[in-house]
Amino acid sequence: MFDPIKEVNEQLGKLRETAETKGIDLSREIRHLEAKLHRLEKDIYGNMKPWDRVQLARNPKRPTTLDYIERLFPDFIELHGDRHGYDDAAIVAGVATLEGMPVTIIGHQRGRNTKENMARNFGMPHPEGYRKALRFMKQAEKFNRPIITFIDTKGAYPGKAAEERGQSEAIARNLFEMATLKTPIVSVVIGEGGSGGALGIGVCDRLLMLENSTYSVISPEGAAALLWKDAKLAERAAETMKITAQDLYGLGIVDEVVTEVFGGAHMDVSLQSSLLKPVLTQHINELVQQGQTELLNGRADKYHQIGTIGS
Amino acid sequence: MTAFFKKPKRYMPLRQREPKIDAPQGLMTKCPSCKYMHYTKQLNENHKVCDCGYHFPLSADERISMLVDTGSFEKFPGPEVKANPLGFPDYEEKLAKDRERTGIEEAVVCGRASIAGHPFVVCVMDARFRMGSMGAYVGEAIASAVRQATAERLPVVLFTASGGARMQEGMVSLMQMANTSIALKQHDEAGLLYISYLTHPTTGGVSASFAMLGDLNVAEPGALIGFAGRRIIEQTIREKLPDNFQTAEFLLEAGQLDAVIHREQMRSFLHNMITLHGGGVDRV
Repeated sequence: MFDPIKEVNEQLGKLRETAETKGIDLSREIRHLEAKLHRLEKDIYGNMKPWDRVQLARNPKRPTTLDYIERLFPDFIELHGDRHGYDDAAIVAGVATLEGMPVTIIGHQRGRNTKENMARNFGMPHPEGYRKALRFMKQAEKFNRPIITFIDTKGAYPGKAAEERGQSEAIARNLFEMATLKTPIVSVVIGEGGSGGALGIGVCDRLLMLENSTYSVISPEGAAALLWKDAKLAERAAETMKITAQDLYGLGIVDEVVTEVFGGAHMDVSLQSSLLKPVLTQHINELVQQGQTELLNGRADKYHQIGTIGS
Repeated sequence: MTAFFKKPKRYMPLRQREPKIDAPQGLMTKCPSCKYMHYTKQLNENHKVCDCGYHFPLSADERISMLVDTGSFEKFPGPEVKANPLGFPDYEEKLAKDRERTGIEEAVVCGRASIAGHPFVVCVMDARFRMGSMGAYVGEAIASAVRQATAERLPVVLFTASGGARMQEGMVSLMQMANTSIALKQHDEAGLLYISYLTHPTTGGVSASFAMLGDLNVAEPGALIGFAGRRIIEQTIREKLPDNFQTAEFLLEAGQLDAVIHREQMRSFLHNMITLHGGGVDRV
């Protein structure tokens, strides 16, 4: 794919190198190219359509849950297993501290390459993944630790065995238990939020979304096929279905949109983590101030008000 | 002369005709499973179940009148919800058409009723309306009926029949999974009975929320119940699935249901369960 930004960047690099090694004054040319680069970036990233954001959310280089955990929680200790015979690698879980406060972290985990993706089932959990997540949520409740969940999945795995072992039940159970879990829950959509498979670890007090992530009831391709019998209309569906962070903020579903690094989170994961950290900390700090009744009523109201008028 | 020169006989294909029945429309109903022609009146008297075991789909009104004490049903008013939260093109026209066609306001009917004098809250989904899909109306109607049951300390029986999320309401629809589950958890914490009664079909977001959250999850024979669609699974795992895959019987065998109950036993089963779960034993 032709990437004009990359092209100009390379030219700029060469020019700078020549200027330095050969001692020629190329500052006018360099300034000219820098201005061009700036214009290009503004053009491309400033006018992003929902479909462009879908592409960014699906970029294979997009940082995963563990990429954020490494940078935000250097003391993270991963823990495993559903205690019923499985450890679903599509869900990672563990404990860490956030500004000195113990927290439980749970997230979908995609692979960063094909081999990892095979091991992690492309971040699509089986029922055991949801049951593993629930085990750590209950533990968090017992020890009064706030929960942070990272949402990043195309959806729960649609397989034969997954159906037999109760994919529906596992997700439903999590929604049910998270409803009154007596500890704050903050969820962050970092990539794709795919339907029930995302919500299965996403019932929360505060929902945050990275600027270029998406959250939807069905993929734009699926929606186009179902509604207009033509998967090629996915681009249109991405707009109509209102799946971007901005659209969902407008609908009152998302509580805060987290600014992304210019060009997308993958351009600088460390910088992206430092943009996320204060937002995460602020919401957790606000929630731990609340009493139990206030917290749980707030959670119930949050979901109650989404579809209703004037309540 | 050999056969070679003989002109082969030509046959004219006769056009296949539907067997002609001299009867006004609606008098007869054909079973889609065994093709038997029933007198509609007889079929209705038989709980709309064919001798071959096929359970015809019921409208919400039919289900309610079959189940509850005559005259005991009091319908709850519909919830006040955003009619077209995403501003989806042509959506309101589609809703209006289904309202006219079915005579119901939306894909679920909720209210208070009694079985043999035992009061309970009943919600019945109706798959004729937008395939029983769940949007803000369905989600909030169920959630508020459950909240009402919690306030009045009544059991809830919920008949599901749904293709899943209402596409035209996007994420507002998905969030109804959480909305309904939260109301049910509060009902549960009040120590009250919830029976989820799964009927054909119960899939997607409905199966992955309130349909699977009963103290008892029971289903009608032959009902299709599942999370993901059959075609999607076949494409994902690249193998053909067995015919009975995702049927009520399949799920019973997989340990996902408490029982599969013939429609004839529906009323007596629910009556028994409501009585058995009422109160319990007082221990000193």
